[in-house]
Amino acid sequence: MSSKELDLRQVHDTEFPLPAEMQGNVAITSLSKIYNWSRRSSMWPMLFGLACCAIEMIGTASSRFDFSRFGMEVMRATPRQSDLMIVSGTVTKKMIVPIVRLYNQMPEPKYVMAMGACASGGGPFKEGYNVVSGIDKYLPVDVYVPGCPPTPQALLYGLIALQKKIDGQSLANLDDVPWYGVGPSEPTPIPILGPDIIDPRQMDLIRRQAELAAAGKPYGVRELPPVVKTTKAIPSKAAKAAVAEVVDEGELKRREEAARRRQAVLARKRARDAAKGV
Amino acid sequence: MVDYEVQAPPTTGSAQDAATYLKARFPGVVSDDTRPGFQGVIVQADKLGEVAQAIRDELGYNYLSSATAVDYLGAGDHMEMVYHAYRISGGGALNFKVQTEREKPVVPSLVNVYPGANFQEREAYDLYGIHFSGHPNLKRILMWEGFAGYPMRKDWREAYYEGEAKPFESRWPAGWVHRAEERNVFGSNVRYPADFDLSKLTDISDQAVYNSASISGMGVDYQQDEMETDQLVVNMGPHHPSTHGVFRMVLKLDGETITGLEPVMGYLHRNHEKIGERNTYLHNIPFTDRLDYISSMGNNFGYVMAVEQLMALGARYTPPTRRAEIIRVLMAELTRIVNHLWSIGFFLNDLGAFFTPMLYANAEREKILDFFEAVAGSRLMCNYMRFGGVFKDIPDRIRSTANLMNDRIRDYDTMEFLSDMINERLPRFLEEYDRYLTGNEILLERTVGQGVLSAEDAIAMSCAGPLLRGSGVAYDVRRADPYSIYPELDFDIPVGKQGDLFDRYMVRMQEMHESLRILRQLLPLLEETKGQDIMSGTRAYNPRIPQGESYGRVENPKGELGFYVVSWGDAKGTQNPWRYHVRAPSFINLTALGPMSVGQKVADVVSILGSIDIVLGETDR
Amino acid sequence: MYGLGILKGLGVTIRHFIDTYKDDVLYGFRKYSKSQDNFAVRQGTQATGAYTVQYPEEKVAVPERFRFTPFLVVNDADHESPGEDWCTSCGICSKVCPPQCIWIVRGTDPATGRPVPQPEAFFIDIDICMNCGFCAEFCPFDAIKMDHDYEMASYDRTSVNIHDKERLSKPFSYWMKIAPTTATEEADARGGWEHSDVIKEKKKKADAEAKAAAKAAAPAAPAPVAAAVGEAVAAPVAEAVAVAESAEDEEKKKAERLAKREAALARKKANKGD
Repeated sequence: MSSKELDLRQVHDTEFPLPAEMQGNVAITSLSKIYNWSRRSSMWPMLFGLACCAIEMIGTASSRFDFSRFGMEVMRATPRQSDLMIVSGTVTKKMIVPIVRLYNQMPEPKYVMAMGACASGGGPFKEGYNVVSGIDKYLPVDVYVPGCPPTPQALLYGLIALQKKIDGQSLANLDDVPWYGVGPSEPTPIPILGPDIIDPRQMDLIRRQAELAAAGKPYGVRELPPVVKTTKAIPSKAAKAAVAEVVDEGELKRREEAARRRQAVLARKRARDAAKGV
Repeated sequence: MVDYEVQAPPTTGSAQDAATYLKARFPGVVSDDTRPGFQGVIVQADKLGEVAQAIRDELGYNYLSSATAVDYLGAGDHMEMVYHAYRISGGGALNFKVQTEREKPVVPSLVNVYPGANFQEREAYDLYGIHFSGHPNLKRILMWEGFAGYPMRKDWREAYYEGEAKPFESRWPAGWVHRAEERNVFGSNVRYPADFDLSKLTDISDQAVYNSASISGMGVDYQQDEMETDQLVVNMGPHHPSTHGVFRMVLKLDGETITGLEPVMGYLHRNHEKIGERNTYLHNIPFTDRLDYISSMGNNFGYVMAVEQLMALGARYTPPTRRAEIIRVLMAELTRIVNHLWSIGFFLNDLGAFFTPMLYANAEREKILDFFEAVAGSRLMCNYMRFGGVFKDIPDRIRSTANLMNDRIRDYDTMEFLSDMINERLPRFLEEYDRYLTGNEILLERTVGQGVLSAEDAIAMSCAGPLLRGSGVAYDVRRADPYSIYPELDFDIPVGKQGDLFDRYMVRMQEMHESLRILRQLLPLLEETKGQDIMSGTRAYNPRIPQGESYGRVENPKGELGFYVVSWGDAKGTQNPWRYHVRAPSFINLTALGPMSVGQKVADVVSILGSIDIVLGETDR
Repeated sequence: MYGLGILKGLGVTIRHFIDTYKDDVLYGFRKYSKSQDNFAVRQGTQATGAYTVQYPEEKVAVPERFRFTPFLVVNDADHESPGEDWCTSCGICSKVCPPQCIWIVRGTDPATGRPVPQPEAFFIDIDICMNCGFCAEFCPFDAIKMDHDYEMASYDRTSVNIHDKERLSKPFSYWMKIAPTTATEEADARGGWEHSDVIKEKKKKADAEAKAAAKAAAPAAPAPVAAAVGEAVAAPVAEAVAVAESAEDEEKKKAERLAKREAALARKKANKGD
């Protein structure tokens, strides 16, 4: 828990209409702690494997790596009793339909972990005609575990990351615990197997494209995003040495800078996308 | 099923003799395949049934290993069906082909002659659009019903299509990164036909399954009891914990008795072959790891063998060195133990011994995986074999160094580790496992006499591996069509007696003992060849493979794994395969699932499936 | 007797249970001690019962050849040209990559527009990477290697899973640390601990120095020496001169070849455009 969350006044600055005089007194944070601890210590994954990664998932469940040490020993074969869906392997278009259905059948709170390159972004099979390039095109993913396949220890690291994420959730913030909001949570629309997979959320876009096609206009080609080429001068050896010294002053500094740049690029990309109306 | 007897083949000659006989027997119908590097005969499409009958009955080629389609777009513009038939008594393949037009391809179905062609013909229909006249159940098998197009055709392009062959041009020298999604119109890799009408959209993907003969009522010769009850259709899978992955069975039940079973697959169809035809020959090696992901070393072995056969057609070719062959066999046999440990563990899971036997078996498996990780670099996806040898020699020590904030290191002598495993730990474990399970009365009652498959049916349905041997047919590619250094090794082929679940379980147990026997013979050979070359020729990253075709097959733990590779398009040799087909034992063994299950109780179908030992990466590819 | 088999089997289960804890009783919970020997024994072939790794407190260290995602080797901080890439942007890794997850931008000299042997940018999409290790195996400069860092889970893949050059670069000493044996073998093959180009250059330099020394030595040789001796000295000098000339020639030829290649590539592209 960060010290920021321990400031109760800030915590209560949410949708919870607490009377002003009570805001300093009610200790929802501690409750969050207990609530989160019990939730993260009894994460029951769903017993379902898709592909190669499932073998490593079973390896993680077996006695050598044994994720029951994290309270995950009860792998439930039914979605109704499970909290965590480990998408372990390549998601195909044919399989995404049952997966979304299973996800809808899981009770809240529910978490999704994309295990391996395939589930995260298509993996080596991304170009395939029957492969969904990333489960996050259909379901909200909480943790991505890269690797092809991730070793059991890498998966355990991902599970710990998920536990940390749960630890960071506050009971007082409805964004963190939407399942205590008013009304039932919205089910994810189930994809339809037509001539190719059809995402119901994209119906309008598909219809527009079909109309364009019927009118004989060009369709189905998205303009390529402009490639931003930075014509970078190759620095001299001396200049490079100076740069390298800075680089080696601290790994942290370098990573920070890289992260900042990535964030900036991401922000630009998002702005671009927003402008396009994607 | 089919009423013929397993008998000594009428002829025992080579495929050459068989071809000569066929040409004489069917003048004008059968002709030699004269393309350079190609073997076998080409049969006229309309007479295929007759010729196949003769091949099976007169020549004794009673085991159809593989049937697959090739699209020769721009190279004759025809479709070709390629069949590889073998004699169950051993020997090489008789390779016969049928050519048909691309626009409306029609080929007579061979299901009546070789029931094992059933799924393979459906696959060719699904992916190539070849219509098989006379096929009893011609539906899509890997893709869903209603899918537009035949994706394996050369002119079919997927949504993320980037180029005809790898390496792609956009990666170098000006390779600015992009995500394929960003260039795709829907952001997800979908591709709709031009005349697609959204308002008329119907999802018919499941109707065909329920309409199939085994579920809709026709064709089931099961006798009902006196009491009339409604039949119930139950879906098992695709995420059922006992289906070993994303396999789905649609069962028709009368009470608890199964009266019909329709396997539905393709839930893990990840376009292995389409991607494989775009890859270079080398690129395909790590992709084969992901076929039968429990025994990746065996897959590597089969694929490099198929390509080495092609390379042998060229002028400059040196076969793999002796040490490379020894290491390959070492890995293949360790893989067999890994796979059988896994499959027996899960078979017991399916019988209801929930997880304990599997955990014990997995503990041993982890030790072998440690060895794989130290030698090849990865626990599962070994990617170890190369054309002409292996990736690297076995290291002197299995050592891990302290890094990444952990201080726990291990350091063993490799040969000591191996001999400990082979001479002590694994035999001890197998003996213990045997005591633990084999005498168990519950196991006996659940397995003896259940899921019986007769030898005749097993051969007719092209079953392979422990499924075939459990039915009493001593057919093992390592003996029937020997490869690598297997001829000089001493081992037996365990067979079952009556072909029930227990026999398959016992065959797997015995095969582990036989593998250990082979491994014990390999240890001195490893010491003998220490320090010798592990690669013949050069380690080229883009080898040119001479034009031709080859069918390389190995005895994988799951059964006979075959790779049909065609190099075509450039007389000097090609860098990308024209056709890359996998004869997957898991896929073809499933042909027997329906016949074995009908008449059994619904609880037994789980164990019958477990005894076939499928892995979905290979079934669906 | 019916049920004997079940009892026998249960005996095995009990033995497994006891085996798992036998160690604790005999050696006083040594499995929780930090001693290396215990860990090696417990993870080796002599282990009995369940041998759980207490991740994250203890981790099975991965063997040298272990491969996860790739990284790029750069010079160490204490090197004479620190931070310099070993990569020469030759593009072999991007060609040999089976799922094509490597993107390389070859560096160009802004003055002349000629390619220089350095990558301007380098990307690996680890959502596509299949950890096969071909890039490391076929790199002729030992510049790309497979990393051992598997703890890479993240909450958002879009921002972190395309690794750029900055993220990929790791010093050579890191590679030395995670794979000492392999690194030594590779250095033996290259002929030194440096990048192979540097070694070549040094060798050339040494050759040139030897040549200069020989040149200096030749005139200094006393005149009244027998003709046979003079010939013997002159021969290596001539050879050295020839070597130097051939080196220069080679460089020229190399530039020519590169230019030709560029032209061919441009032609190819133009053809593709049609």
